[in-house]
Amino acid sequence: MNPLLFLILIPVLTVAGIALVKDLKQVRVISAVGMGAQLLFSFYLVYLFYSLRNAGNTDAMLLVSTSTWYEAFNIQYKFGIDGISLSMIVLTSLVTFAGVFASWQVDFLTKEFFISLIILASGVFGFFISLDLFTMFLFYEVAVIPMYLLIGIWGSGPKEYSAMKLTLMLMAGSALLLVGLLGIYFNSSPEGGRLTFDLTEIAKVSIPRDAQLFFFPFTFIGFGVLGALFPFHTWSPDGHASAPTAVSMLHAGVLMKLGGYGAFRVAMYLLPEGAHAMAWIFIILTTISVVYGAFGAIWQKDLKYINAYSSVSHCGLVLFALLMMNETATTGAILQMISHGLMTALFFALIGMIYGRTHTRMIDEMGGLMKVIPFLSVVYVIAGLASLGLPGLSGFVAEMTIFVGSFQNSDTFHRIATIVACSSIVITAVYILRVVGILLLGPIKNEHYNELKDAKWFEKVSTITLVISITAIGMAPFWLSALIREPLGDIIQHLIARL
Amino acid sequence: MDYAYTLIILLLPLVTFLGLGLLSKRLPVALAGIIGTANLFIIAALSCATAFTYFTQEAGEAGFEAIEAYKITWLPLTDKLIIHLGILLDPLSVMMLVVITLVSAMVHLYSIGYMKGEKGYTRYFAFLSLFTFSMLGLVVATNIFQMYIFWELVGVSSYLLIGFYYQKPSAVAASKKAFIVTRFADLGFLVGILILSFNTGTFEFQTLTSLQGPVIGQASTAAFMGLSVTTWALLLIFMGGAGKSAMFPLHIWLPDAMEGPTPVSALIHAATMVVAGVYLVARLFPAYALSAPDALTVIMYVGSFTSLFAAVIACTQLDIKRVLAFSTLSQIGYMMVALGVSGYGGEAGLGYMASLFHLFTHAFFKALLFLGAGSVIHAVHSNLMTEMGGLRKSMPVTHLTFLVACLTIAGIPPLSGFFSKDEILVAAFEHNKLIFAVQWLVAGITAFYMFRLYFRIFWNQTPAYHHAPHESPVVMTVPLMFLAIASVVAGFVPFHDLVTSDNKPFETAFHWSIAGPSIAIAVIGILTAAWLYARPSLRPDAISKSLSGVYTAAYNKFYIDEIYLFITKSIIFQFISRPVAWFDRHIVDGTMNFIGNSTVAGSAAIKRMQSGHVQLYIWYFASGVLVLALLILYLN
Repeated sequence: MNPLLFLILIPVLTVAGIALVKDLKQVRVISAVGMGAQLLFSFYLVYLFYSLRNAGNTDAMLLVSTSTWYEAFNIQYKFGIDGISLSMIVLTSLVTFAGVFASWQVDFLTKEFFISLIILASGVFGFFISLDLFTMFLFYEVAVIPMYLLIGIWGSGPKEYSAMKLTLMLMAGSALLLVGLLGIYFNSSPEGGRLTFDLTEIAKVSIPRDAQLFFFPFTFIGFGVLGALFPFHTWSPDGHASAPTAVSMLHAGVLMKLGGYGAFRVAMYLLPEGAHAMAWIFIILTTISVVYGAFGAIWQKDLKYINAYSSVSHCGLVLFALLMMNETATTGAILQMISHGLMTALFFALIGMIYGRTHTRMIDEMGGLMKVIPFLSVVYVIAGLASLGLPGLSGFVAEMTIFVGSFQNSDTFHRIATIVACSSIVITAVYILRVVGILLLGPIKNEHYNELKDAKWFEKVSTITLVISITAIGMAPFWLSALIREPLGDIIQHLIARL
Repeated sequence: MDYAYTLIILLLPLVTFLGLGLLSKRLPVALAGIIGTANLFIIAALSCATAFTYFTQEAGEAGFEAIEAYKITWLPLTDKLIIHLGILLDPLSVMMLVVITLVSAMVHLYSIGYMKGEKGYTRYFAFLSLFTFSMLGLVVATNIFQMYIFWELVGVSSYLLIGFYYQKPSAVAASKKAFIVTRFADLGFLVGILILSFNTGTFEFQTLTSLQGPVIGQASTAAFMGLSVTTWALLLIFMGGAGKSAMFPLHIWLPDAMEGPTPVSALIHAATMVVAGVYLVARLFPAYALSAPDALTVIMYVGSFTSLFAAVIACTQLDIKRVLAFSTLSQIGYMMVALGVSGYGGEAGLGYMASLFHLFTHAFFKALLFLGAGSVIHAVHSNLMTEMGGLRKSMPVTHLTFLVACLTIAGIPPLSGFFSKDEILVAAFEHNKLIFAVQWLVAGITAFYMFRLYFRIFWNQTPAYHHAPHESPVVMTVPLMFLAIASVVAGFVPFHDLVTSDNKPFETAFHWSIAGPSIAIAVIGILTAAWLYARPSLRPDAISKSLSGVYTAAYNKFYIDEIYLFITKSIIFQFISRPVAWFDRHIVDGTMNFIGNSTVAGSAAIKRMQSGHVQLYIWYFASGVLVLALLILYLN
């Protein structure tokens, strides 16, 4: 049996386990154990990956297995991983693990909450290991649908509105995506022969240029909606603001990465000519995303809105770097996905924990929290510093790889875009320090806050997991960068081969 | 000689930071200061030993050789551009190692007394260690990207220490301002690095500054707006340096940075971090001198203007730490001028040597001034010189050491400041007479404002103190005495044999024709200050009234802060961010909502058609048939 199937099996068994027990405590413990096992298993996969490589296996995709799902349309369950998907899997299991601990105190329909959360996660895992466009799309939907329930039921504020908005916008994205995927499918065999959804097979044929030009925007925007591409990002602030903590964590931390990953793996990889012809439009849009999101964040007063706009900016940088189409920038993009996933999950976890204590998310109603809840505040500062790109934390590594990579494109257009994107490091510093200054430092504004309690053990587990990951990547980025870079040589060759 | 042990110098402060940071709650409070200080004394001893072995080695034909004591690959970016982390030992970095570790050790020792009983004592020492680590990493960088990494770390340690009293809103604002202003400058630095590395294909200092390599020549062919690409890159890199070194117009953060504890100001905002910009230009000096002389001219003018501008402001300030802060700006201006007027190699490189000489001596006497000021503030619990006076009797050690420092900065022979400033004036005189005149004048103003400070604190009228001021404890006076001695003797270090632009020794001559006038103007400055401030008198007020416009403008720091405030508050916040936020909520999101709402409205409008009334359905059916029939008839 393919070991990758455990990535689906473990969550499914966990869900089954949760469904069987009644007690609230048992639900939590089963979720934690299940996701802990998933985390360990994903580390084991890294080990397995390297031992296969060391044994001399040089295939682009490892641990590949295929079984037919629907013969008539040639749809298959085809799984496999390379360095990029492997690193995304580790990211997902880290964020899910931290998310379970961040939701320790959910007491309304606890069982259903954890079931939905873990189904969502299993969809994400399935997406990252799929090599068949149809199953990929299937898992994508598995990940998106529970989101509606999670926000609509366990959310706060105008939760129905937000849940509806988020789901509809993502569904609209899916609709575009489906058109794009079908377009690829029906052109997957230009010389006649069997049509296929198999990603690696399609990469070998050359899809006619006019089909590429027509279907590229559908596919790219379809994924881009999830990656918060301007101007299709507005689901993000409302959705995050209403979502419960762990859902925000998973959504911003992992689900938004599906957008970047898909845009690269499917849209750009399978439709390289389309990508080349239209890159300029999307470079403009993503450059706007980067700066616009950062400026938008300066003016916000709600912590979640700040983080949502910040995500628009950071995820904009992911798509921006992908469109630069060289090895360094792409490595940077994947690093940025991981880095952003970890730190934004940390942010949302902290925001949830602070909200749980102060019952407000408005920064001007709070102040001086450093004094009363030092642990959470220090972690917030660390997350902030990661976000503004302090060396030694993951954000710096990702951003610098992106900037150096982007700068290798020496024409004026790319240069200007890169410099504009670089300027985000200053704007980011402005909004991060603004929040830190108002929220954590200064005198204590509300005297009731003097009685607040600092982090509980499960909150520490959740945040420390993420802090360690952020610091580890920031201090020693070499291995992760090498893991990501390994398959990129061929992929970039493929992208620029038909120019 | 194997220098691998220098790695300890770099790592020990990092270990201390992590240890103190993670164990802050478990450690007994007093231990933090002792651990931090002990560790600094160890690395100071190691650094001095390194300097001794390095400078006493046989210098070859090519002068002192640069040695890469340690090097690992941190992150490969492209095939050619690889970020290494390493330790580069050459005269420049070895000299900086000595300066940083010595001053830092003194500041640590002093802090044990100064910070006693403060909340966050452990945190304070943890941050100091973080700063020391970052600063050392910056100066031993083997490549420009490593420098940028530590440059940012230095920035954040400065942020953390300025905001040490984090419950005080002014400290929070100051730390934020310092970080954002320098971050803005670092944007220039980053873009400069990108341009330079793209055109030269390397981050390594050794290659960037090598004279034989094709690197620089190749890069300077392309041009943009009349200046070569290399010039642009180096100017942008200088922008980063100007931010850290608080050159006009990026200086506004430094006076506010005085919100931090005084020993921090001594270490970071006087002796070490703020000279990072000078160090950066010096590090890339061959590139500046040989392929971008235009950039050097810019540096010269910026430095000269800053030194004059800051000196004038310093004459009007009442907060003693702010006077010292503006004095720092002014002195760094001197160092920049010296670099700007310098050429490369041999005696042409006099300015380069003078700049680093001044950096060296300035570190000691400015740290001494700040620590002395800290001692005074500690005694009278105020920063304002109007609340001080007559302290010479109650604080003899502080008084004497402060006097030494004032004489040193005023440039009175044979104290160290005289020698280094003299070399700068000589270099300026040979290059540009106007700049020389300005720097000569600034020397006089410097003597004036320093002695204004001195007389106001230690002479003049004794106000009614709440507690009788008394001398600081020994842990605070010992560093003062050490630094006073260093300020006296540092001038006798034969810099022209050690730290030169091409690492080869050269001969310098002493010019009475320049030293004479500079001593004269310093004495005039001191006497004027004595005449105005040694005793209580009405003369200062009369003068400030007669110059009211200029005085008010200088007192308000020429309103540069207000200009910045206008840019950030009115332009970035109100004019960009607010409209962006509005646009996003109302236009972009409004469009999405409009699509949603019109779908709902549309369905509401047509849902009546499915009312369940059979009569209506028949009516629709009949009209449909009729319309179709007419249509078919018409078309046929």
